[in-house]
Amino acid sequence: MSIYINKDTKVVVQGITGNEGSFHTRACLEYGTKVVAGVTPGKGGQKMDDVPVFNTVKKAVEETGANASLIFVPPPFGADAIMEAADAGIELIVTITEGVPILDMVKVKNFLATKNCRLIGPNCPGIITPEECKIGIMPGNIHRKGNIGVISRSGTLTYEVVDQLTKLGMGQSTCIGIGGDPVNGTNFIDVLEAFQNDDDTKAVVMVGEIGGSAEEEAAKYIKENLTKPVVGFIAGLTAPPGRRMGHAGAIISGSSGTGTAKIKAFKDNGVHVCENLGQIGQICKDVF
Amino acid sequence: MKIHEYQAKELFRQYNVPVPQGKAVFSVEEAKEAASGLGGFPVVVKAQIHAGGRGKGGGVKLAASMEEVESFASDILGMTLVTHQTGPEGRLVQKLLVEAGQQIEKELYLSLLVDRATASVVIMASRDGGMNIEDVAANTPERIIKVQVDPLMGIQGYQLRQVGFGLELPAAAMKQFSQLLANLYKFFIANDCSLVEINPLILTFDDQVMALDAKVDFDSNAMYRHKNLMELRDLDEEDPMEVEASKYNLNYINLDGNVGNIVNGAGLAMATMDIIKNAGATPANFMDVGGGASSEQVENAFKIILADEKVKAVLINIFGGILRCDNFAQGVVDAAQKTGINIPVVVRMEGTNVDEGKKILNDANLGLTSAVDLADAAQKIATAVS
Repeated sequence: MSIYINKDTKVVVQGITGNEGSFHTRACLEYGTKVVAGVTPGKGGQKMDDVPVFNTVKKAVEETGANASLIFVPPPFGADAIMEAADAGIELIVTITEGVPILDMVKVKNFLATKNCRLIGPNCPGIITPEECKIGIMPGNIHRKGNIGVISRSGTLTYEVVDQLTKLGMGQSTCIGIGGDPVNGTNFIDVLEAFQNDDDTKAVVMVGEIGGSAEEEAAKYIKENLTKPVVGFIAGLTAPPGRRMGHAGAIISGSSGTGTAKIKAFKDNGVHVCENLGQIGQICKDVF
Repeated sequence: MKIHEYQAKELFRQYNVPVPQGKAVFSVEEAKEAASGLGGFPVVVKAQIHAGGRGKGGGVKLAASMEEVESFASDILGMTLVTHQTGPEGRLVQKLLVEAGQQIEKELYLSLLVDRATASVVIMASRDGGMNIEDVAANTPERIIKVQVDPLMGIQGYQLRQVGFGLELPAAAMKQFSQLLANLYKFFIANDCSLVEINPLILTFDDQVMALDAKVDFDSNAMYRHKNLMELRDLDEEDPMEVEASKYNLNYINLDGNVGNIVNGAGLAMATMDIIKNAGATPANFMDVGGGASSEQVENAFKIILADEKVKAVLINIFGGILRCDNFAQGVVDAAQKTGINIPVVVRMEGTNVDEGKKILNDANLGLTSAVDLADAAQKIATAVS
């Protein structure tokens, strides 16, 4: 088992003929992901390698039975692409696109509340169930099948964590990057709940960063609902207030969103805290 | 993207949000001219910088005569204004807003912002205007009115009334306030704002409501559809190195320390800054070259950091995913050959094509120190600057 995706998940890639879209579609296919369709408006009927391209997601779903979508379209079209996928009945929408305007996401999120689907991202690396299915841009080769669930707001930082885990012999059940934007589809608590209910996940690593209060809320949820051990890390402890640290969501405003407050919330709620990224693998080994 | 108070007020006028009569000026002479155009005293002279707390720092003065306008304007123009938001180095004042003084009955607080948790636009208001709203929220949260607007429906009449009655406005001001708030919401949505804050919003003795201050922040990601707003960007308010970096799509923030760092990905960049600090050194910057940087971007990143005189050593931390280590290494070599490296550089690379990357760096013989993992990198960089 795993969460959200497995070897049977069928993926449609929106923006498949673009540079990034085609590059990562090939990488996903190489990893073993069942990419069954692509969508680029106006290029329906063509093929990207062996993958059939359609004009609309609706058509792609009808023809191929795709149930997950991977989105690479440019930011001005991000919201539209997500809504199109949801409307076509896609159950899991993974949006890699970085830079979708926040008010677009506000609308999308309220629209999705009326649909039966899950959005991961935007501005995220995606999701991977090692050795089964990769829907995203992460390097597949650093992952190993196992029973640690990984959740993160970041991309490369997640790779770093996963790499350390793998090198110390700890495989992963599913790894999810929920993205660095302030308004996104899936939050820490959604994923924690799924990991708790997944028999193959025995422990969880949660990688947060400064800004917002998602880590604090997650810590509280962990104390009340998780029976599995959790190791937590927060990036940006030394970041100055009022400066946006790359991610739109990573900004300390006033007294809210500081790393210190998040570390404290972790400690107060029984999360094992890693304060030095260089040691997160070792700490997980000790705790798990 | 932040703009100045005078620019925000100009936009407010276009949306029929009442603001005092006033004019932005760049010299003492212009300040006097603007003041005489206001038709009476008092006149307010306000420093225009992208930071709050200007009043406390001495950047806002109430002038009762033309002599005072002249003396305040000459004091404030050219001063380095230090507030709790500027940092200790302060900000040079190059513009003033000269404005008609108002008869204030009551100072209120009003803001609109995007709330992450509820994915909606939230209106916040309080009777305790003029104060630091964070203190009000912390000490007397019951004195803050919060109304959540459904983005698909837009703001409704009952919500305007909730805020207006919540502020205990007199009946005579209620209708005007409702219009002001409805217009402000329209402004917020139409221009992709991430924050609009009016502190204080005033009630005058003759029951008028008016924005005495205006703080507006736009969503940078949405500026592609607001070319007119981009003209309001003031490069004088930004760090010149950060402006340079933004030309190459590099996420760069200048900090106080002496260890420059180049990292791919925002999360990893923050964590790398933390690692530098943990090892007893201090980061000179935040630099995210992006998950998929080109070798040209890397080259520019390197140039920007080497041009920073306070940088005594550089830590490069790359986890190749989309960004291939060989491409990255080539960028470093190109930059080094063009600009020359005369300070210690520690490189830690992992991920896609790492062996090819290491070979490129070794063959170039640039005298870089390589690190096997993060802990090793931190140790080596701390030693280099100690």
